[in-house]
Amino acid sequence: MTDTTKPSGARDGGPRLDAVELLGARRENLVPGTPLLEVDDLHVEFATRDGIAKAVNGVSYSVSAGETLAVLGESGSGKSVTAQAIMGILDMPPGRITAGKILFRGQDLLRMSSKARRAVRGRKIAMIFQDALSSLNPVLSVGFQLGEMFRAHHGTSRKEAKDKAIELMERVRIPAARQRVNDFPHQFSGGMRQRIMIAMALSMEPDLIIADEPTTALDVTVQAQVMDLLAELQAEFHMGLILITHDLGVVADVADKIAVMYAGRIVETSPVHELYARPAHPYTKGLLNSIPRLDQKGQNLYAIQGLPPSLLKIPTGCAFNPRCDRTQDRCLVELPPLVPVLDAEGADLPGRHSACHFWKETLHG
Amino acid sequence: MAEPILEVRDLVKYYPLTQGILFKRQVGAVKAVDGISFELMKGETLGIVGESGCGKSTLAKVLMNLERATSGEVRFKGQDITRLSGAGLKSVRRNIQMVFQDPYTSLNPRMTVGDIIGEPFEIHPEVAPKGDRRKAVQDLLDVVGLNPEYINRYPHQFSGGQRQRIGIARGLALKPEVIICDEPVSALDVSVQAQVINLLEQLQGEFGLSYMFIAHDLSIVRHISDRVGVMYLGKMVEIGTEEQIYSYPTHPYTQALLSAVPVPDPTGRERRERILLSGDLPSPANPPSGCRFRTRCWKAQERCSVEVPLLAVPELLEGPAAHRSACHFAEVRDVIGTA
Amino acid sequence: MSEPTNTLDGKAASAEGALAKGAKGGKDAKERVASLWTDAWYDLRRNPLFIIGGLLVLFMVALAVAPQLFTDKDPNSAGFCELASSLKRPSADHWFGFDVQGCDIYTRTVWGARNSIIVGILTTSLVVLVGGTLGLLAGWLTGFWDSLLSRVTEIFFAIPLLLGGMLIMSTWQKGNAWTVSAVMAVLGWPQIYRLMRSAVISNKHNDYVVAARALGAGTRRIVTRHILPNAVAPVIVVSTINLGVYIGAEAALSYLGIGIQSPAISWGLMISDAQSRFLNAPHVLLFPAAVLSITVLAFIMLGDAVRDALDPKLR
Repeated sequence: MTDTTKPSGARDGGPRLDAVELLGARRENLVPGTPLLEVDDLHVEFATRDGIAKAVNGVSYSVSAGETLAVLGESGSGKSVTAQAIMGILDMPPGRITAGKILFRGQDLLRMSSKARRAVRGRKIAMIFQDALSSLNPVLSVGFQLGEMFRAHHGTSRKEAKDKAIELMERVRIPAARQRVNDFPHQFSGGMRQRIMIAMALSMEPDLIIADEPTTALDVTVQAQVMDLLAELQAEFHMGLILITHDLGVVADVADKIAVMYAGRIVETSPVHELYARPAHPYTKGLLNSIPRLDQKGQNLYAIQGLPPSLLKIPTGCAFNPRCDRTQDRCLVELPPLVPVLDAEGADLPGRHSACHFWKETLHG
Repeated sequence: MAEPILEVRDLVKYYPLTQGILFKRQVGAVKAVDGISFELMKGETLGIVGESGCGKSTLAKVLMNLERATSGEVRFKGQDITRLSGAGLKSVRRNIQMVFQDPYTSLNPRMTVGDIIGEPFEIHPEVAPKGDRRKAVQDLLDVVGLNPEYINRYPHQFSGGQRQRIGIARGLALKPEVIICDEPVSALDVSVQAQVINLLEQLQGEFGLSYMFIAHDLSIVRHISDRVGVMYLGKMVEIGTEEQIYSYPTHPYTQALLSAVPVPDPTGRERRERILLSGDLPSPANPPSGCRFRTRCWKAQERCSVEVPLLAVPELLEGPAAHRSACHFAEVRDVIGTA
Repeated sequence: MSEPTNTLDGKAASAEGALAKGAKGGKDAKERVASLWTDAWYDLRRNPLFIIGGLLVLFMVALAVAPQLFTDKDPNSAGFCELASSLKRPSADHWFGFDVQGCDIYTRTVWGARNSIIVGILTTSLVVLVGGTLGLLAGWLTGFWDSLLSRVTEIFFAIPLLLGGMLIMSTWQKGNAWTVSAVMAVLGWPQIYRLMRSAVISNKHNDYVVAARALGAGTRRIVTRHILPNAVAPVIVVSTINLGVYIGAEAALSYLGIGIQSPAISWGLMISDAQSRFLNAPHVLLFPAAVLSITVLAFIMLGDAVRDALDPKLR
């Protein structure tokens, strides 16, 4: 395993180490395919002035080491709220986790002491945000911020921490890292800043990285570089990656499997290739059809009618029913469960689920 | 094609950089737009693409006369509008309108939808007599697909897509001939983007509008545009029909840009080339000599640092692929694998 | 058929709004026209801070406008003070007792509200008028005029309200409600100026202002329709809080003998008269001081409540 860069102080000392030990999670165990995270029937609500906003309504998904799960959804779909619940950075109140489990290597994060939780956050599960500039402290040099982690967690010396920072910057392919280690965040371009954020997330060698719209604020050419970097690093270190995005294009290039969210629920899951070829939920199908193509001019653009629902008043039955082409009476009353999708011969399609009463018609029709 | 409605000639916009506390002296300039020429034909959609910092938003502001051009001309139906002021400018404003990127900041939160869409009539009373204004506003709401009864609501009661429709209705109120759309859908959810794009296309057909459509999303630009211009660091590097730019790109920057677009189709990925650009965008205050793209270009030679490439049809290009490109070594390279 | 027209309906309002902004969401908006002001009013009505502060302020204003409603005695009438009653403790007939001159403290406290409220309102109005107008000009014009006005403001800003007030009032020697207000306004306007200037500057770059310019709107329309309505919120908040502060400052000047002069009644004067006998007659000091504190507090509470209601982050 590529473990030569492990900080020497990681094994001994440090007040929070007991909690880490408790998890039994060491880098050596990070074999591709090892189950890392399992979200089980998560429910999150927000108290607002106008009532209870049901942001997440029973979300379940899992990620293994070396795997990339893309969570795709529009604003208000609950994709980011789920991630915040995993990280334990949800604003509570007004937020409230009303049900569900978040198992990290078998341990429920929601039932952990806050001390143990802190040990997991950052060290075992790290997060990359959309806005790198506001996530970095403008008055501290990039090298200091990168090295801070080592000094805080492992009591590394100043000199050593700086070397670590340079090493991390080189790892995320920042050119001339040694010269730029003392520069401040505003001296870097948007893409470079996002690399620094990635370096920071990597610094504690986490098992799992959650990237919330990591490239949305970046230009196309830079976007491609950053996504490539994430994919490379993952291949090298075999961590699990949850990629939260609204961009069907970004997902296509890097994800192994996709979970599509709508109004706080997962409406479809699928291995990436099959989803694009044959979606099994009308929402996914509509989204795919509504994106213009780069490689041909195309005629009329298909548009999903209506608007995403208010989380204060999610339609009964299937939440997508006011916007769906296939809506029948049944859709107005009966909540469609997320069921396995079968092919035309009735054989199971591995990894594929749809929460539509008419998945068969959608998939095969 | 029809006659040009907007002609832009050698348009330049510099923002001076000053230094000093008491006596300000100019120490340089940010060359946001640096000598751009193109024309917008009647009834067509011209897409402008480029990354942040390329000057496309400044271009929109100068065309709208929201910023004074440093030099150059913008001719609307033959009349240079860059030096206009007062009544002359006001009457040109009737004919050129704008749709903004951010539907949250482009509508005054203290005004009702009726006031927002009705404001153009108050500024230009000759367009709609006082008694007809309420009706005119309701008609506009209907045209953009909103319920005319929403007239007394406030912007925060609407979603992003609905707000953008309100912004479009305001832009349409004066019956302009040209609408400049500055990233009109990039702040919207994917499922709503298509609705707004369709609306813009439908309105174009209905009212014979000419659009200048500025965006960074190359797929959307291809969908809506008849012709496309590519900008880099204040310069137009390539311009041609949608087909010429996407299927026969000749400028290395256009090629890199196209190859970087993530396409929602994992199976088509193998056919595509990936060109990864190295380095960062140079500062527009101190652009590279010669060709501005040479610092990131894999084709760059001695000549590129000395000689500024002109936006012209390369000699080797013939037939339907022939279009203007500002590269000394322009050659067609099909990066999206379609042609 | 993928025509987008008529695909929107009222039942689904913004989902983004419900979550991201944490407040507004799928309200069936047909029932009420919700401008930001009516929304703020809706919040205020449910805020106990606002209700308590508001009632107290209303009460004080009522005292100032019609003191006769609260007491049947007139402190300016002959025979109002009787030395025989000097320093008498509170009783059923005379709730607050008597001061050293034998004047009824309750009546004097009630009648003293008028000067405090006049000074508070007058100073605030002058400050908003002068500071607001100059701030608007500086924020809108920028460049030379902004620099000039801002330098002048900095000079005034450097003078502390009370210290400057003491200096001017002790030289001027003409203490009454009007002169006190004028002096405090001269020293107080820079605060509103700065607030207004920064609010105007941050608002004028908003896209809706650019949109109005693109439509051909003139300066007057842009300022009155687009900039001012969006810039006044912080001014209202700070002015409400300041009103209390000015009342306190008036009391301080009067206490020092350079503000409002006898025979006019002022809480500050009453406190000043009472201080030397605080140990043997605490009630003489206590009642005017308590009423003064409550009044100042009421305005501060009101200002805080308004700030919460107008805070755009809650929208």
